[in-house]
Amino acid sequence: MAQRAIREYDGKAIFARHWNDYFSGFHYSFKSVLVTSADELREKAKEHGFEWLNQEPLVAKPDMLFGKRGKNDLVLFKVEKPGDVTLEDAAKWIEEKQSHEVTLLTGQKGMLTHFIVEPFTPHSQEQEYYISATVVDDDDVLYMSAEGGMEVEEGWEEKVNEVRIPINMSDDEMERAVRANVPAGIPDEAKERFGSFAIQFFKFYRDLNFAYLEINPIVMIGNDMHILDLVARLDDTAGFLMKDKWGDIEFPTPFGMEDMSPEEKAIAEADAKSGASLKLTILNPEGRIWTMVAGGGASVVYADTIADLAGVKDLANYGEYSGGPTESETQFYAETIFDLMTRYEDPRGKILIIGGAIANFTDVAKTFTGIIKALEKYADKLKAHKTKIYVRRGGPNYEKGLKDIKEAAERLGLYMEVYGPETHVTDIVRMALEK
Amino acid sequence: MSNRLFTKDTQAIFWNNNKSAIQRMLDYDYVIGREKPSVAAIVAPTSSNKFEKFFYGPDEIMVPLYRNTADAVSEHENADVLLNFASFRTAYDVSMEAINMGDQFKTIMVTAEGIPERLARKMNQAAKDNGILVIGPATVGAITPGAFKIANIGGTIENIIKSKLHRAGSAGLVTRSGGLFNELCNIISLNADGVAEGVAIGGDRFVGSVFIDNLLRMESNPDVKYMILLGEVGGTEEYKVIEAVKSGKIKKPIIAWCIGTIAKHFSSGVQFGHAGASANAERETAEAKNAAMREAGIHVPNSFNDLPQVIHQVYTDLKKEGIIKEIEEPEVRTIPKSRKPKNFICTISDDRGEEATYAGFPISSVATPDTGKGIGDVISLLWFKKQYPKWATDFIETVLKTVADHGPAVSGAHNAKVTARAGKSVVESLVTGLLTIGPRFGGAIDGAAKYFKYANDNNMTPQEFLAYMKKEGVPIPGIGHRIKSLRNPDKRVEGLKKFANEYFPSTSLLDYALTVEQLTTSKKDNLILNVDGTIGILMVDMWRALGYSEQEIDEFIESGTLNSFFILGRTIGFIGHVLDEKRLAMPMYRHPMDDILYDVQPAEKIQ
Repeated sequence: MAQRAIREYDGKAIFARHWNDYFSGFHYSFKSVLVTSADELREKAKEHGFEWLNQEPLVAKPDMLFGKRGKNDLVLFKVEKPGDVTLEDAAKWIEEKQSHEVTLLTGQKGMLTHFIVEPFTPHSQEQEYYISATVVDDDDVLYMSAEGGMEVEEGWEEKVNEVRIPINMSDDEMERAVRANVPAGIPDEAKERFGSFAIQFFKFYRDLNFAYLEINPIVMIGNDMHILDLVARLDDTAGFLMKDKWGDIEFPTPFGMEDMSPEEKAIAEADAKSGASLKLTILNPEGRIWTMVAGGGASVVYADTIADLAGVKDLANYGEYSGGPTESETQFYAETIFDLMTRYEDPRGKILIIGGAIANFTDVAKTFTGIIKALEKYADKLKAHKTKIYVRRGGPNYEKGLKDIKEAAERLGLYMEVYGPETHVTDIVRMALEK
Repeated sequence: MSNRLFTKDTQAIFWNNNKSAIQRMLDYDYVIGREKPSVAAIVAPTSSNKFEKFFYGPDEIMVPLYRNTADAVSEHENADVLLNFASFRTAYDVSMEAINMGDQFKTIMVTAEGIPERLARKMNQAAKDNGILVIGPATVGAITPGAFKIANIGGTIENIIKSKLHRAGSAGLVTRSGGLFNELCNIISLNADGVAEGVAIGGDRFVGSVFIDNLLRMESNPDVKYMILLGEVGGTEEYKVIEAVKSGKIKKPIIAWCIGTIAKHFSSGVQFGHAGASANAERETAEAKNAAMREAGIHVPNSFNDLPQVIHQVYTDLKKEGIIKEIEEPEVRTIPKSRKPKNFICTISDDRGEEATYAGFPISSVATPDTGKGIGDVISLLWFKKQYPKWATDFIETVLKTVADHGPAVSGAHNAKVTARAGKSVVESLVTGLLTIGPRFGGAIDGAAKYFKYANDNNMTPQEFLAYMKKEGVPIPGIGHRIKSLRNPDKRVEGLKKFANEYFPSTSLLDYALTVEQLTTSKKDNLILNVDGTIGILMVDMWRALGYSEQEIDEFIESGTLNSFFILGRTIGFIGHVLDEKRLAMPMYRHPMDDILYDVQPAEKIQ
């Protein structure tokens, strides 16, 4: 992972924290709250500094990484007419939205858990603009449009000016290029101001290591900037540089995707602590074919082959371990998979693929010791599920590794076929399916 | 740009003392019979060692260690590959420093995974602007079989030989994945004749050299007869290759496959494989890329499982056409199964051959008078591993003769004599004398060299030097004599100065010391540059004239090399005194009581 989405609220909080450093000459009053329930919103309104929740008309919407909230009818900005939403209206609306599962136009389903509530900003359509920045190929690109709001995607080519900013472009050149491309549709009196803002926006996006940053719409009233809607992704590999600047940032699971299972979470935690790499995604908990594959590339090739030869429904999990995990890390990883694969019956029995390419430096015998310990622990369960195990691996010390695991299988009475580098890496999938 | 990535002469600087990876490189070097090790130097910022020992076949060699890249580069100008094994936190800085060294590096390999994307882009662009090829980040490296291999690529030496990576084949190989790189080498060796050049470009989203950069180089590399590309879902780099094939820039046959066809079954959210592997659009999917490549005339199998057959087919066709010739299998040197690291290292002499040698010279070639060599030559060989010119060996001998003895009253000689009279042996008596040598006895040679050099290096005027020494609270070593003075000069000093003036190419430190002497003697007549001072100072002048760096000379002073001349010379005198005692059969010595001031108080009781 490198690019990870953050909540609208968190994006705005980063803006607010660094506003004075980047947006001189402009003003932004960060009035937003993020709540997980109606009661939390009511409580928030009693806090000092949040009096505006009782005093101003409000807007409420879910803050869960999905877009097109207007089209999904998930933005509360009016009861009778725009700008008449009170605190209690917003609270009740949240209560209603949380009382049932929500299905988006895209088909994603789920419960709403996070809402952002802000003051209603009266403005005209003409004051709405669009601005965003991201990386395309090897360059940064800044997009600007005189038309903000939801309609911008329709007619993107005509309405949006884009400025390509190569990584080695000087600030002077960048500023000239941005100013030269301020959209014609922006009124003359505002062009200069918008150009300045766009330049500062780009520097902010760049310096804070955003991978994607979009404000749609941004409303400019004089020098007052209103960030009405924001989408942001951060380059999380820059996290070690940005610790202070981003603050305590959360990377939520996208809406509609199930939260990670406890097993996936445990592997992710082990991964974070380890110098090696441990990854696990459960695709179908009732699937017949389970994989425990070493290496990022090999794991993909096994998944490809299983989907090709058996069909994707049979593929239970995707994952990989690599980078020289310790014996106990491998054991933990293997036990997690063995535990998952012995939960549901399949009349045809289960297939376990212990695969991998020819390792560069991982000691195969050492990692197999961890797998063998896990096999010892789960042998009875694996047998109960009529598991056929296929092993293929090469690399440092592989002869010993293969011999050890074969001996363990015989000792434990497990069905196992073992192959080395003379067998094509994914050929064990074919063999397993032909049995 | 040269059309071959590496040659048998390519040498690298390895940033980070990654011992097992470096050992794998040197094992490879040995097996393929390279003349020079592929790792010229190691940069280890936190190490204070000067070298690291590695096996080279059955023997051990020493690879020099430096604290920073600049120092390594200054000693190894021919090393034009940087293997950047720094962590994701520092890899960018290490690369940028290397890129800014101008012509030093042609290739930089970056192993760290997860360098901040913006920094990776800056690094890649800076390298491109300077004509430097970047392999990685997030890669296991590259290999030119039979010539040079980076770190762990290819795996163990057994696997390398099994996969025929010890000698050049005909395939050019480019992959994203490092693990599958190895796998493909194995497949290529089983179905064709091996690899001519291989690069794993790395799994991060922004890598320095992409498929097309490497394939274009291979197109112009005569050793490469056909190319194999293993891509991944995500990104559009494969389309650049398609363009090059369509426009005729690439004419050699290409076999290609993109892995990650699985991704189509799952909406976003499941990250298959590397950070770079995520399709943002239809044309970035593995299917679309495989189809487009097939359409452009690239050999694309139906699945990864069929890749071996396609490779075999293309290879066989090229062989039939006579484009690929039969390869003569070279001799392979084998690495001993068990190797024991040596506990001791010797770099000065060797007694393993017909005749023992001093720094490569048989003893007989320096021993007898007809060789024209003296003890000064032997010292220059065994102490400095150099053949010093005659004026320098003459000077060394002059020093030894000058310090050989200074009568029975000095503390060292006195100790030796007392011990000899107690009935102890020559060696026992000698060492009691030698053990007296230190800061107060004989130490002025070291001190003079150290302080005068320091003052001279820092351009102090004599006045400033005196003020500095006063502040330090140290009397100037090498200045002052009990009885000698300007009017009554020390003949030994006169002799040394005369010799230096006549034979030394220059005497910069002595010249400086004499200006200091002018000042000190203007204060007191006997504050002259004494014999210890003259020796220490002239030693520095000798080393300067011999071309040693100031830093090397400082290390001589620090390690006690100057003191060694005094120890060696004075040993002659001490042995003389000990033999004298034995000859005279003098009895046990007891010091007269009337020469001792007794002042003993009853011990105080502490409650």
